[in-house]
Amino acid sequence: MAKRIDVSHLNVYYSEFLAVEDVSLAVAPKAVTAFIGPSGCGKSTVLRTLNRMHEVTPGARIEGKILLDHEDIYGADIDPVNVRSTIGMVFQKPNPFPTMSIYGNVVAGIKLKKRTKRSELDDVVEASLRGANLWEEVKDRLDRPGSVLSGGQQQRLCIARAIAIQPQVLLMDEPCSALDPISTLAIEELIHELKQSYTIVIVTHNMQQAARVSDSTAFFNIAGTGKPGKLIEMNTTANIFSSPTEKATEDYISGRFG
Amino acid sequence: MAILDRTISDDELHNLLSQRKLPRWTTLATCATAIAGSALLSFISPVSGVAGTAVFAFLLFIVLQTGLSFAVEGKRYAIDRLATTLLLSALTAALVPLVSILLTVLIRGLNAFNSSFLTSTMRNVSPRRPGGGILHALIGTLEQVAIAAAIGVPLGIFAAVYLVEYGNRSRLARAISFFVDVMTGIPSIVAGLFVYTGFILTLGLQRSGLAAGISLSILMIPVVVRSTEEMLRLVPRDLREASYALGVPKYRTILRVVIPSASTGIITGAMLAVARVTGETAPLLLTTFLTQSINTNPFNGPQASLPTYVWDQIGSGTTASIDRAWAGALTLILLVMILNLSARLIARASRVK
Repeated sequence: MAKRIDVSHLNVYYSEFLAVEDVSLAVAPKAVTAFIGPSGCGKSTVLRTLNRMHEVTPGARIEGKILLDHEDIYGADIDPVNVRSTIGMVFQKPNPFPTMSIYGNVVAGIKLKKRTKRSELDDVVEASLRGANLWEEVKDRLDRPGSVLSGGQQQRLCIARAIAIQPQVLLMDEPCSALDPISTLAIEELIHELKQSYTIVIVTHNMQQAARVSDSTAFFNIAGTGKPGKLIEMNTTANIFSSPTEKATEDYISGRFG
Repeated sequence: MAILDRTISDDELHNLLSQRKLPRWTTLATCATAIAGSALLSFISPVSGVAGTAVFAFLLFIVLQTGLSFAVEGKRYAIDRLATTLLLSALTAALVPLVSILLTVLIRGLNAFNSSFLTSTMRNVSPRRPGGGILHALIGTLEQVAIAAAIGVPLGIFAAVYLVEYGNRSRLARAISFFVDVMTGIPSIVAGLFVYTGFILTLGLQRSGLAAGISLSILMIPVVVRSTEEMLRLVPRDLREASYALGVPKYRTILRVVIPSASTGIITGAMLAVARVTGETAPLLLTTFLTQSINTNPFNGPQASLPTYVWDQIGSGTTASIDRAWAGALTLILLVMILNLSARLIARASRVK
C-alpha cells in the first residue's frame, strides 16, 4: 500500500533566504498530485524537501514537519539515505548514468546499495522496465549504454530505475519538459498506470498536463522577486480548473499571467 | 509489477527509515579509551616510545570505533566511519610535511628577516658577519620572472588556443599535446643547459637576466599550455554556438567569449607556472650565475636571484650566512604568496558582477 504525505507549516531556507513560506498540504496515496505555478515559486523546492534531496544543496534547511504516513521523515533517528530509497525521484532532464548499460541503470539503485543475486536482479529489471512501458523496446539490447535511447525512452529508463528500488512515493520534477509530445504522451500514460501502485507528486509547467494526469492540484505563487513562494490553493484538479477560489489561480490557469 | 508492489506496515516503515546512531560524545570517549589503552599497554609490552604509542592508539581507535559502530549502527555506518577516519588521517599525513616546512622556514627565517634585510645587498658584506640583505636578489628574481612570464604566458595561451580551437585533434595538434606533456617532466637543469648551449655558447648572448628569463619561460610554457587547454575545453559548446549564431567571427568569439569564460582558470594556471619557476635554482646557475650587488639591467651581466642567493648563503656555511639563507627562503615563499594573492584579486576584479 502506497503511503500518504502530510506537509505542515513548511518553511524552506537557502542560507538566510526564505524561499518557501508556510506550506501545508496533503498528498493522497495512490493518486497523482500536481504542483503548478510560475517559475521560481518554489514548487520544485517543496518537491525536493519531500525526500530530503534539498539537503544536497549547501545551506538549505527547512522548518516544519513532513510526515510519511505517521513517520516524521525529518525525525532525529531518520536517515536521509533510507528516506530516498523509500521516496524515489525522477528529474527534469533524463539522466541515465552514462557509464552504465540499460540493465546497469535499472539495477543501479539496488546494486549500489547491496549485493543481490543475478537471477533476482533479472526479475527486477524486467518488472521495472515493464512497469515503465520500456521492456518491449529494449529487451534485446539491455547491455547497450543508456545513451543509445531517445530522450523519451531515457526518461522512461529513469522511471524504471526509480521504481526498481520499490519506493512508496514517486516524485517527478517536470519529467516531460525536455521531451517531444509523443514521448510526453507515453510518460503521461505511464503515470496513469503507476498511480495504481504508487503515490505520485509531479511538478509541471504545463497546465494541460496537470489537468490530464493529476487527481489534485496545488497552485504555488510568488509575490515578487526576493519574496518567498507560497501555496495559494489546493483542491481536486477538477475544482482548481473549473472553479478556483483565488483570483491568482484563475489568472494563472486562464493564461492571463505567468 | 507484482514484485515491485511492496506493502509495508507502519512498524516496517519505521524500521525502514530509521537509523540507530551513536551519540556524538562516543567519538571523544572512544578516542580517550584508545589513548588510555595504548598508554597502559606501553608499560607492559615491547611497544614503547611516543611514536609507537601514538600508532597503537590510532589503530586501537579505528578498531574500537568501527566495532562499536558496527554493533550499534550497522554495516553501512561502520564502513562510513572507518572510511571517514582513514580519509582524515590521510589528509593529516599529507598536511604534516607542508605545515612543518612552512613553520620551520618561518621560525628560522625570522632570525635575519627585518626591514634592512629587504633593503640592503651583500656588497662588501663578509659571509661570517651578520647583516647584509637581499635587495639585489629580489630585483633580479622579479625581473627574471617578469621576463619569463612575458615570454611564457602568451606563448602558452596561444599554443593552447591553437590546440583547442584550431587543432581539431589533427596529427600536429596531437603531437604538440604529447610533447607538451613530456615537457612538463623535463628537469629544470635541462632548460638551463638548452639556453646555455643554444643562446650563450652558440648565439653569443652573454650571461644575463634575459638568458635566465628565457630558460624559466621554457619551464613555464608546458604548465601554461596544459592548464589553459583544460580550461578552454571546459567552456561549453553552446556558448561558442551562441556567439557564432550572432554572426560573430571565430577570432572574436575566441577573444570575447571563450577566453573570458575561462579567464579565472587561465590566470590560476599562469600563476601556478610563475610560482613554480620562481623557486628554480639550477637553470639560473647556468644562465646568469649570481652577484653580490644590484644589477638592475637584465640584458647585461650576471644578476642575483632569490634561489641562487639561498644556495650561495648555504654554501658559505657560517651561522650568519645560514640565517640569511633561511630569511631568503622566507622571502621567496612570501613573494610567491603575494603573487598568488594578487592574481586571485585580479581574477576576482575582472569578473562580471
